[in-house]
Amino acid sequence: MSKIVYLDNSATTSVYGEVLNEMLPYFTDIYGNSNSLHSAGREASAGVDKARDIIAGAIKAKRDEIFFTSGGTEANNWALKGIAYANMAKGKHIIVSSIEHHSILDTCKDLEKEGFEITYLPVDNTGMVSLFDIMKSIRKDTILVSVMSVNNEVGTIQNIKAIGETAHHYGAYFHTDAVQAMSVIDFDVNDMYIDLMSMSAHKIHGPKGVGALYVKKGVKIKKFMQGGEQEMNRRGGTVNVPAIVGFGKAMELNLANMKESNKIIANTVDYFIKKLQYSIADISINGNAIQKAPGIVNVSFKYIEGESILMLLDFEGICVSTGSACASGSLEKSHVLKAMGKSHEDINGAIRFSFGVDITKDDVDYVIDKLVEVITRLRSMSPLKKKRTRK
Amino acid sequence: MYNEKVMDLFKNPKNVGELPGANAVGKVGNEACGDIMQIFLKINDNEIIEDASFKTFGCAAAIVSSSVACDIIKGKSIEEALKLENQEIIDYLGGLPTHKIHCSVLAKEAIEDAISNYRKKQAKAKK
Repeated sequence: MSKIVYLDNSATTSVYGEVLNEMLPYFTDIYGNSNSLHSAGREASAGVDKARDIIAGAIKAKRDEIFFTSGGTEANNWALKGIAYANMAKGKHIIVSSIEHHSILDTCKDLEKEGFEITYLPVDNTGMVSLFDIMKSIRKDTILVSVMSVNNEVGTIQNIKAIGETAHHYGAYFHTDAVQAMSVIDFDVNDMYIDLMSMSAHKIHGPKGVGALYVKKGVKIKKFMQGGEQEMNRRGGTVNVPAIVGFGKAMELNLANMKESNKIIANTVDYFIKKLQYSIADISINGNAIQKAPGIVNVSFKYIEGESILMLLDFEGICVSTGSACASGSLEKSHVLKAMGKSHEDINGAIRFSFGVDITKDDVDYVIDKLVEVITRLRSMSPLKKKRTRK
Repeated sequence: MYNEKVMDLFKNPKNVGELPGANAVGKVGNEACGDIMQIFLKINDNEIIEDASFKTFGCAAAIVSSSVACDIIKGKSIEEALKLENQEIIDYLGGLPTHKIHCSVLAKEAIEDAISNYRKKQAKAKK
């Protein structure tokens, strides 16, 4: 097996060569601690400042509103707990959507144990949050509304600006987990009423282990990581200089290429979906057909189970992911598809294909060929498969 | 997660599909839990299992466990087949991940269900 077709770009992406090259000197020559006062420290600090400027510029924020973290998960944890603890005097009610990433949902579970009240917004069958539901649940003591910009499993894009405006109208802060959205949405945090935004480098061809939280000036937030005065005294811990430099470069490339890349990806995905629908019967595509990230395609294959599909595709060098219960250690099914009201069978047979700009039509042809083989084979083993259906 | 033996068997499972001439069928599991297993047995007049096959909706562990269970019980009497323990399937496979152990239990239960259905049919025929 030599050919690898990587269709799991929502899990992580490759680090671009330009990004790596930008990072390398910061492991060797420029190894100073960016908080040291001497020249070695100042040189490292300059690299971090440059990255901060790029990232701030990319989302139309100011440089002192960007705080580097260990990734999207830390940013989400910090946003929720930081706002919760700093604004308890005003209220203890938080609104989130039911399809958030576990770094949001599990943090909410923590906060519930500490006496906070969380409203989990439902979504429709395409994964959209309704503004009406937010208006219905928002109260005087609501301190925060947090809704992800792009869902990682099905790619649905929320009406972020309208949600932010609604939150502000009722006097609540608005946070959005934008980890999956950086390559999709051209953010303007002021125009979109965003007070806090979580970002991650490794979803945009940057390194793993680095992300950032945007915190609008004036927002009351408690420090999350204790241990030093780094990051303008908001986040303790020695600054991960090489990774941050890489994040900056990745963001720069992302911003420059976003439009063109998304056009290419949308084209490839369109070709993939048409071919898929033509070649394999009894499938359904989960998510919103219009308001979606171009690279994410979530498909339910009836009568068969996701982990089996994933593994047989892996034997052919095709990397995908699944929301099926069997694939995860916990035997817990995708909470996203569940919230969208999908049946057990559709959830168990769901596969996420997430495309990168490097995927060609030849790759798609190869993937479809192998998919037909794999699906036909597994369906021939399935007791659910009715004889009268085509494949 | 899976060892090489499980992967190899998953690539080329044996005993797949409905068995022509099967006189006992067992089915366990449900869609909610994510695994459904169907076992087909051909039992002769001396109550020896001449052949066995399966159809399974489930993960690699479920498919491989079904395949192995069929292999183990072939040529055995139904009394012997009922003594099959899921540990035997796990040992044959050289181990399964902890959260996949239930797949081997499912295979054992599917065989029990098939034999129980066979006995019910026999009892009815005698009446």
